[in-house]
Amino acid sequence: MNLTRFFAVFKARNIEFFRDKSSLAWNLFFPVLLLVGFSIIFSGDTKPEYKIGLYNNQKVIVSEHQMEFEQLRFVEFIHYDNLEQAKQKLARHSLDLLIDFNHRQYWVNDESPKSYLIEKIFLSQQTGLERLQNNGKAIRYVDWVLPGILAMNMMFSSLFGVGYAIVRYRKNSVLKRLKATPLSAFEFVSAQLMSRLFIVMFMSTVVYTGCNLFFDFYMLGSYFDLFIIGCLGAICLISLGLLVASRSKSEELIGGLLNLSAWPMMLLSGVWFSLEGSPEALQYFSNFMPLTHLVSGARAIITEGASLSDISFHLTALAIMSSIFLGLGSYLFSWNTKR
Amino acid sequence: MAIAISVKSLCKRYNDIWAVNNISFDVQKGHCFGLLGPNGAGKTTTIEIMEGIISASSGEILYQGHQVDHQISQQIGIQFQHTALQDFLTVKETLDLFSSFYQTTVEHEKLIDMCDLSSFLTRDNRLLSGGQRQRLLLALALINDPKIIFLDEPTTGLDPHARRNFWLLIQNIKAEKKTIVLTTHYMDEAEQLCDDIVIMDQGKIITAGTPEALLVENFNEVFIYLPKVQVPDVHIKYYQWKVRAERVEIISTNVEQTLSLLINLGIPLQGLQVKSANLDDLFLKLTGHTLLGS
Repeated sequence: MNLTRFFAVFKARNIEFFRDKSSLAWNLFFPVLLLVGFSIIFSGDTKPEYKIGLYNNQKVIVSEHQMEFEQLRFVEFIHYDNLEQAKQKLARHSLDLLIDFNHRQYWVNDESPKSYLIEKIFLSQQTGLERLQNNGKAIRYVDWVLPGILAMNMMFSSLFGVGYAIVRYRKNSVLKRLKATPLSAFEFVSAQLMSRLFIVMFMSTVVYTGCNLFFDFYMLGSYFDLFIIGCLGAICLISLGLLVASRSKSEELIGGLLNLSAWPMMLLSGVWFSLEGSPEALQYFSNFMPLTHLVSGARAIITEGASLSDISFHLTALAIMSSIFLGLGSYLFSWNTKR
Repeated sequence: MAIAISVKSLCKRYNDIWAVNNISFDVQKGHCFGLLGPNGAGKTTTIEIMEGIISASSGEILYQGHQVDHQISQQIGIQFQHTALQDFLTVKETLDLFSSFYQTTVEHEKLIDMCDLSSFLTRDNRLLSGGQRQRLLLALALINDPKIIFLDEPTTGLDPHARRNFWLLIQNIKAEKKTIVLTTHYMDEAEQLCDDIVIMDQGKIITAGTPEALLVENFNEVFIYLPKVQVPDVHIKYYQWKVRAERVEIISTNVEQTLSLLINLGIPLQGLQVKSANLDDLFLKLTGHTLLGS
């Protein structure tokens, strides 16, 4: 590996991207447009009911008062065996109140207006319970969907940015001209990978930072961890793009192949909705998609405060897939348009 | 004279078609060697095998007696017939990019002067004219100070002025004693630039030698042309002269005798042209069709 040659190709590709104003604008504009759209669509709370969590890890006889309380209309009661999980839901405004009748205590989230109101209703019917707080900022749909949109944008930028560029280079003989120089296929492919990684991470950081000024995104975990899963996810998706483009000669064919790779991921990787509750076969299938691991890992860091060790399964899956895609892509890579 | 490149029994087959069919030749060091032939003759396939871009079906290429490998790319310069450069890069950035690929490079100033690039160094390479673009591609071929330069139809698509400017550049390179392998289907280009030529047709070599020697060997006559309207049909039939594009072609081994005959026959001599044979005539004589017309 000759680093001078590597950095020359890396720099040339970056220049090409940043001088292509229309492409640059679209890469910045598209994710912002999606985020704004979703924040508007889901800004109104269309669900009239309140949610109360009931913690009961022991089988106890339910009192008459409690049974009467559970008959309240427009209130959804959700039973929890895991107190920590329930408290986390309350802190994220997924619950409005959490009650433990066994130990005569309840929790409210003082930052939630709904929690305030449902507490008033609760206290009108129940007395003598100890009041505890579990405060936290609400997770809006825009917070939940943010990792998905960023990851989806990274996916399109990685797959199409690399795939189309390489096929275009191959078709108009840029690759043939480079083959006539001492530049090796490995140097070329790795420079393309690193250039696209730089572009994807730069653009994602700009989009996240810019949107954060307006949306004040929820962030429980570490930005460093988010950066790591972002990098690994991008490497995996770029490697997939390199593999798909390794031998393709026509832009029509590569368009079809890239769409074939991108659309199942976009629909089945949990970008727009959670896969919890979906058929087991579908959940199993989604594990073979890089986007699933990128979205799940990033979402766990952002909304649950997960650490890198907590998402080690996703990191490992991405690392394995990256190695396979990159290895195969380099092995199958062809410079020529024909012959 | 030392041999720079030896091509031995080279064949290249695409499915059922032999693009190159058992050809052999040597390229002398410091010479400009021309591969001449019409489109589809196998010139580009031959030169790309010599460059190591595509592989041969059989046969071998020796560089100063050694087999070709990837290291050869440090020592050769290539200008392809069709090539594109990376979008959005300026001429200077393109030169910088290609410089980084080689261990040895020519000073940019020298290259810029030689290929006359100074007036458009900061221009996006997509905005260059045909002639400017070919000069940039030639500069890229020369950037590693190569001993051998391959030029595949470098003047195709250029206007006559740009072609002649490009010939001057190639003559300057020749003056530096570099070995040049040139493919072209322009006979005047080959006559101007090449020390040795190989003429190919349908994947085979049909003749080889210096342009002068080949013409002397194959022609001892000149061509005399007269407008057809000036020559009565009876004379055309009697002397078996040929009519080509409203002109009567008379092949003569003795110009004075032929002119005397025309005067004696009372044929006016206005518009008379005398032309010696060129490589296109040679190709026509050997194959029955022209270089450009096929």
